[in-house]
Amino acid sequence: MKILELNNLTKRFGEFTAVNSISYSINKGEIFGLVGPNGAGKTTTIKILTTLLPATSGKASIGGCDVTRNASKVRRIIGYVPQLLSADGNLTGYENLLVFAKLYDIPSKEREKRIIDSLHFMGLSDSAKKLVKSYSGGMIRRLEIAQAVLHKPLVLFLDEPTVGLDPVARETVWEYIRVLAKGGTTVLMTTHYMEEADAICTRIAIMNKGNIAAIGSPLELKESIGDADATLNKVFEYYIGKLLESEEPEGNFKDVSRTRRVARRLG
Amino acid sequence: MYQEQGVLQEDLDNIQIENISPIKWIMGFINKTFVIAELEVRKLKHDPTELLTRAAQPALWMLVFGEVFTRVRAIPTGSMSYLDFMAPGILAQSVLFVAIFYGISIIWERDLGIVHKFLASPIPRGSIVLGKALSAGVRAVSQAIIIYFLSLLLHVSLSWEPYNLVGILFVVIISAALFSTFSLIIACIVKTRERFMGIGQVLTMPLFFASNAIYPIAMMPNWLKAIAHFNPLTYEVDALRAFMINGGTSLYGLAFDFGALLLSMIILTVIATALYPSVAR
Repeated sequence: MKILELNNLTKRFGEFTAVNSISYSINKGEIFGLVGPNGAGKTTTIKILTTLLPATSGKASIGGCDVTRNASKVRRIIGYVPQLLSADGNLTGYENLLVFAKLYDIPSKEREKRIIDSLHFMGLSDSAKKLVKSYSGGMIRRLEIAQAVLHKPLVLFLDEPTVGLDPVARETVWEYIRVLAKGGTTVLMTTHYMEEADAICTRIAIMNKGNIAAIGSPLELKESIGDADATLNKVFEYYIGKLLESEEPEGNFKDVSRTRRVARRLG
Repeated sequence: MYQEQGVLQEDLDNIQIENISPIKWIMGFINKTFVIAELEVRKLKHDPTELLTRAAQPALWMLVFGEVFTRVRAIPTGSMSYLDFMAPGILAQSVLFVAIFYGISIIWERDLGIVHKFLASPIPRGSIVLGKALSAGVRAVSQAIIIYFLSLLLHVSLSWEPYNLVGILFVVIISAALFSTFSLIIACIVKTRERFMGIGQVLTMPLFFASNAIYPIAMMPNWLKAIAHFNPLTYEVDALRAFMINGGTSLYGLAFDFGALLLSMIILTVIATALYPSVAR
């Protein structure tokens, strides 16, 4: 069952084409990964799909609702965890969830139970009454995911969900994403880490300069370069022409300073 | 294929949002506004130090400027003592100071991704703007309490009539909401902390001095009088003076004061609601 469909989706900023007529569809329960170098158009794509940015041309729909014409309905059926740290540090974990439960019209009878279940599921029960300021990076990410799935969205958008996390925290976040997808939530995520895409994504689209360079399951992508045992890094190098890890940050000053700030907060 | 679509439609129909009545929409809007305000107040509860530090400046104005000018009698304030005349002006000033830098929180929230999360959620944009304005109102009420306390110490002739106190509450909340929304608009336009701080400083001065806060408008040259009459702060102070001080009267009439404040508030809210989504781009 197709949950998300992109049809010749295009976004231009003046002369610059950030997303160049991309088309694909994502099925229910998939964990779909968008990978690519900085400026490939991953975040722009997510911003269009989450109704933050209007597309220049083309169409995108989620659960049959057009993201531009039916934006308010789309906002009800998606959950979004931005790349930056979006949980409120000056509130407790419980309060962060409570406010979102109210904003998403979760009936007051159900609210308490859903929040407690969700804190339990994310392994945050013990820290529920602590200010989020005191959380570790991994805990904040889990809280943000809990916040984004409290209203049981059809599609969950994760922008670089494990950036700045240590390997253990990263594995934990992966596990939660897998469980959510098994429960029927469709996940669309961007990532810089090839081993992450390899570990949890059912399908991957490699983006470069606003285009889709390749799309398929990790195995299909590896086979497409004639080596089923290759790492995804190899695949990436084949399609993009360079390795991701060795790449200097290409973003502008603003992007770099934001990323560093996030990294610092995650400590 | 059709069956697939059918299942999907069922999923979607569980989320009842189509064809909601206007009354339900307005109820939802008001409800969301209060949730946003609640969020801000909860944050304030966890860390209220900001409120005390913000009170330092108005306290200095009253204690130093007020005491001195009461003695020199340089400013004609009719039958009122200068301190009585000035106290409502200083209350208005502290409301202005609390509200005018409020927009910077939007820039923080943009950098943290909180704005993105709000904008990708079904909360009406207007609710976010109004909710934030309302919470600025709550902050301002705490300032009003501090100013009342200072006024007591300085023997300002305060009115304690219940309806006067309610009046103060309304004027303070509306004014804080108004100036914080103004501040939010500036933040949406300039988009960086540094530029915002600069502009905030530049705006506070003329807003405060081109008003009747610390001297009557009658003293001003004509060109400044004209500006003062377009300054919402003038009507705020005018109403505060009538409510706060024994024997205080409103120059323009309370109905006109409230009308001017509410009208400015509505205009600013509409502009801020239109600009807010651009912060995330």
